[in-house]
Amino acid sequence: MTDVSTAPTYSYADLPDLMAMMTGDEKHDLAAESTLDVLWVLYDRVLRLSPATADAESRDRFYLSKGHGPMAFYAILTAKGFIEPDALPGYGRFDSVLGQHPDRNLVPGAEISSGSLGHGLPLAVGTALGLRALGLTQDRVFVLTGDGELDEGSGHEAIAFAGRAGLEALHCVVVDNSSASYGWPGGIETRFAAEGWSAVRVSGRDHDALEAALTAPHPGRPHAVVAVI
Amino acid sequence: MDTMRERFASVAADLLDTDPRVAVVLADISADAFAQARRRHPDRVVNLGIREQLLISVAGGMALAGMRPIAHTFASFLVERPFEQIKLDLTHQGVGAVLVSSGASFDYSASGRTHQSPGDVALLSTLPGWTVQVPGHPDEAGTMLRAAAAGGGLVYLRLSGLANAAPLVGSGEEFTVLRRGTEATIVAVGPLADAVIEAASGMDVTVLYASTVRPFDRHTLRATLGAPVVVLVEPYLAGTSVPEVASALADLPHRVLGLGVSRAELRRYGTPQEHQAAHGLDAASLRERIAGFIDTGVAAETGGPHRLPARSLA
Repeated sequence: MTDVSTAPTYSYADLPDLMAMMTGDEKHDLAAESTLDVLWVLYDRVLRLSPATADAESRDRFYLSKGHGPMAFYAILTAKGFIEPDALPGYGRFDSVLGQHPDRNLVPGAEISSGSLGHGLPLAVGTALGLRALGLTQDRVFVLTGDGELDEGSGHEAIAFAGRAGLEALHCVVVDNSSASYGWPGGIETRFAAEGWSAVRVSGRDHDALEAALTAPHPGRPHAVVAVI
Repeated sequence: MDTMRERFASVAADLLDTDPRVAVVLADISADAFAQARRRHPDRVVNLGIREQLLISVAGGMALAGMRPIAHTFASFLVERPFEQIKLDLTHQGVGAVLVSSGASFDYSASGRTHQSPGDVALLSTLPGWTVQVPGHPDEAGTMLRAAAAGGGLVYLRLSGLANAAPLVGSGEEFTVLRRGTEATIVAVGPLADAVIEAASGMDVTVLYASTVRPFDRHTLRATLGAPVVVLVEPYLAGTSVPEVASALADLPHRVLGLGVSRAELRRYGTPQEHQAAHGLDAASLRERIAGFIDTGVAAETGGPHRLPARSLA
């Protein structure tokens, strides 16, 4: 485990450098990664989660469901001390723990293995139910998905049930970069709201707006934040 | 005597009372049987409605939170429909769960193909780390469920309306030696044991009873082997465990016959007993097929839909 007291501290401005260690790409291209800002706000301002508490029974959970293109995720796990920076250049190689989709059994800080679309939100519903059954009422689950990923029917099984079950611990962040082939007329947030969720739409680049949306109270209901890119 | 499915409900209710980490996850099927347990444990008996992808994913997510989930519905909707969820949300995540199915291969004989799941064990055999149990009696099912709930791994418990007259084994993973002989070994799986015992009457054969088929007890097969002639009698897709026998006997010239449910669709209704006979798995058909294979090496084609007369509305 990383000792965060002696590890270098990183800021948001360092993330493109960390991502460039994985890809060798131009830094300004990497800053356009759709999940970068919301992931940063989650790990920097919202989640009650650190390398020191990663194995604690009582803590927040973060499930990266949209596992494709995880460079921003790996960069932020590095910035927050879960991953050593010297692991980054091996990204995607045979002997690296950092694959093009994260494996929770290999990557420190990755709480689910993802890649196939439509699994993270249903898993998070189960975890929210588990936390409720265990009496861990302070713990929250945040899952990151996308407007394209919500094409998968499995997500809608989860949205409908979670709304009806009033899973207050559950938080779903939908990065909406208009990648769903047939779109979501009226906004994807309306699908959550109709099922009984608290649902808001914010800029996916505005850190203060994201923080406010992610931490807004939603008693007795799960909460969806549609982060528009 | 209660059915395996009824025993599942009563034992699971007891486990909910005694183990705070046990949860039962349902998709409407058997929800009535858990109504009382749900009133006692509203957070640990969860009915998701008719949502079988979510059924498996919720089990995975509960396990990630530290629970011991037991997920249940018919085999066709527990294993076949959400198979990718089993592969990814349980096996690939590296978490444990207990999956308990009912319906088996043809319990719902009159319901047709949609409610029949002869391929479930073969599908799970493609994944690492699963314990697959096929109890032959409600007592065995109850014992297996208690052991599975107390453990932490991935367990599939395949319940059936078909059962043997008496329990033949506890919850052990080793095969039970029912008879010893020299000319062949017959491995009888779960509820087909009674039919196999009747079929093998008077034959000079070893009869092994298998209620845990993954892992497959290669040691007992090998330790009790007479002539290297093996007949598998499985209440699901014919040949499902043939590769296990082939591996166990890889260094020996041997013969193996895999009997079970035909791959071809029956497209018949009626009773489970009629389906058992149509697949050549009743005692008389088994006797003919086993004797023929031992004597001649030919697998007699007694079972299967190709033997049935054609039907037409014309």
